[in-house]
Amino acid sequence: MSEFVSFKIDGKQCMGRAGEFIAEAAERNNIYIPTLCNYKGTAPKAACRVCTVKVNGRMMTSCSTPLQEGMEIENETAEIQDIRSGIIELLFAEGNHLCPSCEKGGSCELQALGYRFRMMVPRFPYLFPVREIDASHPKLIKDHNRCILCKRCVRVMKDENGHSLFAFYKRGTKLEIAIAPELADKITDEVAQQAMDVCPTGALLKKRKGWDVPVGKRMYDMKPIGSEFEQVK
Amino acid sequence: MSKAVIATTSMAGCFGCHMSFLDIDERILDLIELVEFNKSPIDDIKHFTKQCDIGLLEGGCSNSENVEVLKEFRKHCKILVSVGECAIMGGLPAMRNGIPIKECIDEAYLNGPTTKNCNPQRILPNDDELPMLLDRVYPCHEIVKIDYFLPGCAPRADLIWNALYALVTGDELKLPYEVFKYD
Repeated sequence: MSEFVSFKIDGKQCMGRAGEFIAEAAERNNIYIPTLCNYKGTAPKAACRVCTVKVNGRMMTSCSTPLQEGMEIENETAEIQDIRSGIIELLFAEGNHLCPSCEKGGSCELQALGYRFRMMVPRFPYLFPVREIDASHPKLIKDHNRCILCKRCVRVMKDENGHSLFAFYKRGTKLEIAIAPELADKITDEVAQQAMDVCPTGALLKKRKGWDVPVGKRMYDMKPIGSEFEQVK
Repeated sequence: MSKAVIATTSMAGCFGCHMSFLDIDERILDLIELVEFNKSPIDDIKHFTKQCDIGLLEGGCSNSENVEVLKEFRKHCKILVSVGECAIMGGLPAMRNGIPIKECIDEAYLNGPTTKNCNPQRILPNDDELPMLLDRVYPCHEIVKIDYFLPGCAPRADLIWNALYALVTGDELKLPYEVFKYD
């Protein structure tokens, strides 16, 4: 049994277990720290930096920083919110995120964070990179325009032997997710659906699904992402 | 108090944002009490006849005419608002941004399924009267300074109404979560 520690988020006294990650502990204390590349049940990657908090005056990623006794964490300060918002804006500007034409719209975590932070327009100029759409697999579409390289699919989607279905391919600005064609040919509808659900954006889509949930009933249409954790004020 | 003067235009857009603007139901009666339209497809005034307070922009800049209209708007309006995804980031027309211009034109006039065998002389539109296509589609704020942005495809009628009302009356903008969408 791990030892209980007390810590503070924005001055609020919280309890957690020593060594668990700050973002998890915050959720159980009814405080939402926005995360994007993090996926419940999988080791953190700290790739996106959206969950940045200030711990005892230093910037840390809350998804990968273990909790310690007496930590003073800043979460919803103007400075932190601006950093997070900047990261989200950067992701929107860096790819080709055409929400109106995306089947993931309404259930996309990147979009939901944009809503949460009320992003009207990114502060950065749009890059309009030239990227491929790969629809060659029988069950899956990979749209690299929307990929934020969070590595969630690589980390979560495993076969029965524990090998990743997806992998990173190429380097630098050309880096993309890949799946071996022989593997992609074999995946079932359920696995394709799981891959689509694991992807925080619309970079992995299950084929022949389309816009099957009406506007207004999608995941983030009515309630902001993270509102399920937040305290009733 | 004199009414606020507003101008609207649709550049590389589909008029969906104008449709959404008209989707304010009975508030359209309040609207005509609140504002006066100048250059706009709503009253079909083609050229500015005076200085305006607010310009609502739909669509990004895809050709030289769009750029000219946009610059006219900047000259004649105190406040410019980018309305909708196309004005903000180029939207669906910006899907051509990674494709060379020649390929786009060939697809439209020579090789597309609806034109394939209908243009035996392989004529491409080249009249001087026609605006030239830009190398890519530009968001409005990359051409002129834009003061406010209203996202959505189309922005919900409530969002456009709330924003216009707040701008004209000086009240704080009401921005409920449900009306703030990118699609």
